[in-house]
Amino acid sequence: MNSSFLRFSSITKKIWMAFLGIFLMIFLVIHLGINLCLLRGDGGAWFNAAAHFMGTNYIVKVFEVVLFAGFIFHILIGIILQIQNWMARPIRYKVNNKTYTPFLSKYMIYTGGIVLVFLIIHFMNFYFIKLGWVSNPHISNGEPDFYLIAPELFIQPFYSFLYIVLFIILGFHLNHAFQAAWQTLGVNHPQYNNCIHWFGTLYAILIPLGFIIIPIFFLFIR
Amino acid sequence: MSELNSKIPAGPLSSKWTQYKNHQNLVNPNNKRKLDIIVVGTGLAGASAAASLGEMGFNVKIFCYQDSPRRAHSIAAQGGINAAKNYPNDGDSIYRLFYDTIKGGDYRAREANVYRLAEVSNAIIDQCVAQGVPFAREYGGSLENRSFGGAQVSRTFFARGQTGQQLLLGAYSALSRQIKLGTVKMFNRHEMMDVVIVEGKARGIIARDLISGKLERHFGHAVVVASGGYANVFYLSTNAMGSNASAIWQIFKKGAFFANPCFTQIHPTCIPVHGDYQSKLTLMSESLRNDGRIWVPKKKEDAEANRHGKLKANDIPEDARDYFLERRYPAFGNLVPRDVASRAAKERCDAGYGVGETGLAVFLDFKESIGRLGRHVIEERYGNLFQMYEKIVDENPYENPMMIYPAVHYTMGGIWVDYELMTSITGLFAAGEANFSDHGANRLGASALMQGLADGYFVLPYTLQNYLAGEIKVPRMSTGKAEFVEAQKNVQLRLEKLMAIKGKHTVDHFHKELGKIMWENVGMGRTEARLKKAIELIRKLRAEFWKEVKIPGTLNELNVELEKANRVADFMEMGELIALDALNRNESCGGHFREEYQTDEGECLRNDQDYKYVAAWEYKGEGNFQLHKESLVYEETEVKQRVYK
Amino acid sequence: MKLTLKIWRQKDAKSTGKFVTYSLDNISPNCSFLEMLDIFNEQQISQDKDPVVFDHDCREGICGMCSLYINGRPHGPDDAVTACQLHMRKFSDGDTITIEPWRAKPFPVIKDLMVDRTAFDKIIQEGGYISVNTGGAAEANNILVSKVNAELAMDAAACIGCGACVAACKNASAMLFVSAKISQFALLPQGQIEAKERVKKMVKTMDELGFGNCTNTYACEAECPKLISRSNIARLNREFMCAKVI
Repeated sequence: MNSSFLRFSSITKKIWMAFLGIFLMIFLVIHLGINLCLLRGDGGAWFNAAAHFMGTNYIVKVFEVVLFAGFIFHILIGIILQIQNWMARPIRYKVNNKTYTPFLSKYMIYTGGIVLVFLIIHFMNFYFIKLGWVSNPHISNGEPDFYLIAPELFIQPFYSFLYIVLFIILGFHLNHAFQAAWQTLGVNHPQYNNCIHWFGTLYAILIPLGFIIIPIFFLFIR
Repeated sequence: MSELNSKIPAGPLSSKWTQYKNHQNLVNPNNKRKLDIIVVGTGLAGASAAASLGEMGFNVKIFCYQDSPRRAHSIAAQGGINAAKNYPNDGDSIYRLFYDTIKGGDYRAREANVYRLAEVSNAIIDQCVAQGVPFAREYGGSLENRSFGGAQVSRTFFARGQTGQQLLLGAYSALSRQIKLGTVKMFNRHEMMDVVIVEGKARGIIARDLISGKLERHFGHAVVVASGGYANVFYLSTNAMGSNASAIWQIFKKGAFFANPCFTQIHPTCIPVHGDYQSKLTLMSESLRNDGRIWVPKKKEDAEANRHGKLKANDIPEDARDYFLERRYPAFGNLVPRDVASRAAKERCDAGYGVGETGLAVFLDFKESIGRLGRHVIEERYGNLFQMYEKIVDENPYENPMMIYPAVHYTMGGIWVDYELMTSITGLFAAGEANFSDHGANRLGASALMQGLADGYFVLPYTLQNYLAGEIKVPRMSTGKAEFVEAQKNVQLRLEKLMAIKGKHTVDHFHKELGKIMWENVGMGRTEARLKKAIELIRKLRAEFWKEVKIPGTLNELNVELEKANRVADFMEMGELIALDALNRNESCGGHFREEYQTDEGECLRNDQDYKYVAAWEYKGEGNFQLHKESLVYEETEVKQRVYK
Repeated sequence: MKLTLKIWRQKDAKSTGKFVTYSLDNISPNCSFLEMLDIFNEQQISQDKDPVVFDHDCREGICGMCSLYINGRPHGPDDAVTACQLHMRKFSDGDTITIEPWRAKPFPVIKDLMVDRTAFDKIIQEGGYISVNTGGAAEANNILVSKVNAELAMDAAACIGCGACVAACKNASAMLFVSAKISQFALLPQGQIEAKERVKKMVKTMDELGFGNCTNTYACEAECPKLISRSNIARLNREFMCAKVI
């Protein structure tokens, strides 16, 4: 599988990377929407309804597979591209490059890597519970009750701190990713370049901010 | 003295080339595959010739000293390329382009060649457009033209200020296509060291692989030399650092005649020399003279104060300024031709009115036009040039006048060729700036690109084929043949001799010295006494060079100093020939100005009675040259005096 | 000016190189960077030491031969110029200047600061042309090109093939170079006929030669001495997608 990946041209890989990235960014919006239900003081009615829908609907089930594939390929292609990029300059420069480039655009593999670490923790805390791989004391109606699980995690200051930091890093990742995806897909025109840029920045601020509000809420407000 | 046969076809001027093509010999496709051609140089002429010959089915080997064929110095041409398309409907025609070129060349070019040049000029534009050269366009999508010096019509096609680059990249792309198809084999970072002659015909070259330092033998049924001009004999010129005359000098030594070596062009608007470490002069487009006024201080004290940094140009009052071009040439003013403007600037500086640190500069002032047109108009017209000037000189030319001085720029002289572009060695051809054929004593702007591409795309493919038609029975020769071995041995000996000197001074030291001698004595204004002095000084310098030059490193490795030394050794001999030719030509014409031969107003005084000929020199041993003459006959043009007052 | 130079010295392609430190005095701020190296080399020769080898030719910023990585930037600290147009006044007295060759797998070092950039020629040979034979061209004004497209094509065609884009890119990607050529032809009617084949072949060769992948950091655009825009890379991506899918 690996070798057939390598045979794809650089641009093909990049285009997949961009498509998958955009797909994941859309997913993030949905995910945030569900998470924000936690903030409603409704005893988890909305939240659990959404979680139930996501856990049982067949279309969502199919999409879940697509989503996982999306994550895996996005990460895999990212790693392959990075290894090729390192190989393209076997002898490095002595003086670090001083060319002006957009902030953090050079560190996508690192921000991506950190996000991956978060993803694993996240899986251990939520998704594996759902699958029943990890034991869990909160069960309601035969399903794990995430409305109760989440606050348990967020009231731990260390966990919340980590959560916040990781979402800031995800923000950096998204900030470059958003406009880079469009550039890779060939969308570049003076007429709307600024629009893409600002929308991307806005997205990269609002989405992590949305996620970050939740631990803050549980730590300080509730 | 033998009469030179230029092989001009019979018949009226306008049908000579058609007649030639109708009756030339052809090579059938099967035989083309069996014939090898060597091309030296990848500029406009070399690249276009190699690509065209490859397309036809010949086997081509092409050589350049740079790392890529795209770097040849044709790339630096700014202005444009002429063609007689008459798109602006301003009365242009093939005849008019021909006539302007002959007149611009001060009646020292060959009519038949120039007519052919004008004739194929339109096909060049068609060819380049088809290749995807992004020429400037009108809003309607058709090609745009602009006017250029020496013509009353707008016939210059251009791609911003980078026409040479775009045309060369067009030829380079055609060449690249043939390299991929396997018809052309590229040898980059290779320098031609000598031509190999077998039974009187050019049959190959000895080349040096500049990376490994190894000498290689290459066979070809014919050899084309398109290695450019020899302006670097002056050390400081607008040519590239690597531009050299070694290829043409070696073929000259093997029997190819050298024509009109004293016809060198000096461009008036270059950025002046700023120190003895300077390696190169930068040209500022001729177009600047449309809006800039050239002046020096009227008083010597002011000039002196400026030289010492005590008096700024802007502080010199209007009535203390001498607009010498406007004063001397009221009709043309600042827009006189290149040779005239250059000489006038030199005259002022020599008389002690020069400005700048070195005193070798004059002002080019835009204050008046900025006041009249507004800064934005000037910025629109010359923005990139002003920016380039500011980068180099670190002075804002919108606020302070520019400083300019003339510099050697192009060489009209070159290897003598007949109508077929064949040199006096059978089977050896010369194309582009390397030959002498089309510009006479002075080249007009935007004509060099035209000539390079005409030779490569539309002349050599025919004339080379005509020659090769007689060579189809000659099998490929082994490069183990005695002539190849001998030629390689001689090159080896020469390089070993250079390496063995181990003297005190670097190659650049000698090159700079030679440049000084040439510039001072064989530059813009020449006199019998100074030319004689130059010959003497060059001989002395040459002897010293062969005793005192210091080359580090070894033979069989990448050795830049050795490459330079080899080129300078040839310049040392060539300088003498240029001076000798200038001494022989007792007249002033075009770029050749002998101070003894001028009108009362200081203009060129041609002597058509005695010097209406091509001076073709034959090598007879070091410092020994024999003159052959090719009389110039003007059937279609009336020989007149050029007047710009 | 007094300077300390740290220069990469490497005897030939096979040797391993190292940095050597030199000091240089009495340099005029008006001198160009390459003239400074000329002076340095003159001194090296007179002291019986090996002069440093570097590529250069036209010295007016158009041939694209000079290729020096100066203090962490291709072509040095000035914007929109090649190393030959860089002047010493951009440095200060007492500065240490580190000079390295272009670093990329497809650009192996030949000696000292000289690298082999024939990889660029190979990419062009794959399709960086319009296949038209000499003499077969139609009347030039039969092909009309809008002024806007002609200007955009010229913007892209201004590329001098120096390789600063590759040198600046953290991935040693050649996308800006390839996209400039693709764009030039994509914007002209003459280039349409071979457009799909051209883009596929050129990208394939670019990959095979070992250039890295574009990650949109735009260091190429920031260092290009001819200010070639990143929009050309987007156009290349577009052209490539169309060639593959449509």
